[in-house]
Amino acid sequence: MTLGLINANPVVHAKKERVARSEDPHGDDAVDPLEIYDYVRDIRDPEHPYSLEQLSVLSEESITVDEKLGRILITFTPTIQHCSMATVIGLCLRVKLMACFPPHFKVDIKVAPGSHADEESVNKQLNDKERVAAALENPNLRQLVDECLYSNEL
Amino acid sequence: MELLDGNLELKEIQNLQGHTDRVWSIAWNPATAAADVPAVFASCSGDKTVRIWEASPSTRSWDCKAVLEETHTRTVRSCAWSPSGKLLATASFDATTAIWENVGGDFECVSTLEGHENEVKSVSWNASGSLLATCGRDRTVWIWEVMPGNEFECIEVLQGHTQDVKMVQWHPTMDILFSCSYDNTVKVWWSEDAEGDWSCVQTLGESSKNHLCTLSGYHDRTIFSVHWSREGIIASGAADDAIRLFVESKDGLMNGPSYQLLLKKEKAHDMDVNSVQWFPGEKRLLASGSDDGAIKIWELETLPG
Repeated sequence: MTLGLINANPVVHAKKERVARSEDPHGDDAVDPLEIYDYVRDIRDPEHPYSLEQLSVLSEESITVDEKLGRILITFTPTIQHCSMATVIGLCLRVKLMACFPPHFKVDIKVAPGSHADEESVNKQLNDKERVAAALENPNLRQLVDECLYSNEL
Repeated sequence: MELLDGNLELKEIQNLQGHTDRVWSIAWNPATAAADVPAVFASCSGDKTVRIWEASPSTRSWDCKAVLEETHTRTVRSCAWSPSGKLLATASFDATTAIWENVGGDFECVSTLEGHENEVKSVSWNASGSLLATCGRDRTVWIWEVMPGNEFECIEVLQGHTQDVKMVQWHPTMDILFSCSYDNTVKVWWSEDAEGDWSCVQTLGESSKNHLCTLSGYHDRTIFSVHWSREGIIASGAADDAIRLFVESKDGLMNGPSYQLLLKKEKAHDMDVNSVQWFPGEKRLLASGSDDGAIKIWELETLPG
């Protein structure tokens, strides 16, 4: 299936220098936004061979966490207003975080206010548990998500 | 109402493990409501199976009597017993609805209803068991007629919702069908007579005039399930892992009913509560199913003193 890329000319930024962090995510009890950011910054964009960080889809400010309640909120900025890959990016973020955090953590994912033409309906879909579950049962979609999550690993 | 006077507690009676993925829905078999019959319920899951649980008279606890597997190829989202308790309908993301019959202790799939274009999300029998309704992400609601020999014929495909239809439910006594959708509306479907076409006679939205009351400020995340008991206690299960019970207030100041919180059970499960269902019989039992894969049976008890 040949499709024109949704956004053929994304703006690519240099990778931010990163602080070395301990490998063990559950070692200390504190969960801070930077730790969460480290898990998601290198997720590859579904369309371009760059990370979400490089495309400024995500930044450190994207993440808020309430550790006591076990809630994480991620806000991301699609590269263009009519990005149809927004739901795929949302899925990638959710799958990654589900794998990194204990099951009782609740994750909410939204597009940055004003960053998408269908903001309300995209946000609704990104956080509809039933839709997410059904999407992840779709083998093609699952494969795309896996490619975005694991492309950096050798 | 005496419920408001007493000191009530929702006591956990049992924690049932077995499903290997989230439990989406639970349904009590209405034919097992009588006191001398072992209570039976069905549960369905993301693990693609349906489990049948039966109370053991001696231990007064539930055991898994059957696992209905190798039929649905994706998540089973919803299950519903026919009013007679003889048939079980299961709706799946694999776009089919399966009909099961208990044949001498074994559950056999006696029919598979196809037609939806993608995930089927809900299934409901009408009061007499002559009609079945299904709905799904393809935005349609299907009505099926139950024919002799476990045959099912689609008599109507209802268009109208502009998005994903999440749930269908028949009126408890009349052949009126309700559906609710991702498009933020509830539609009411009705047919003039047996031969007639079904149509949407009303659409309920945010500012509908029939709206009586909204209970808000209790759960702080998505409410997945709500169920009214025989005595009028509303149970709700939500993504905040809690179960809450509400009853009508004695406060007669308003025009129309108002409700108040009877009790809350926080951390009822370790994860989202997807389904709460009251036992249809006399005992005040509540079953709940969760993302954590567990099913819990609760009893509403009056505390001593």
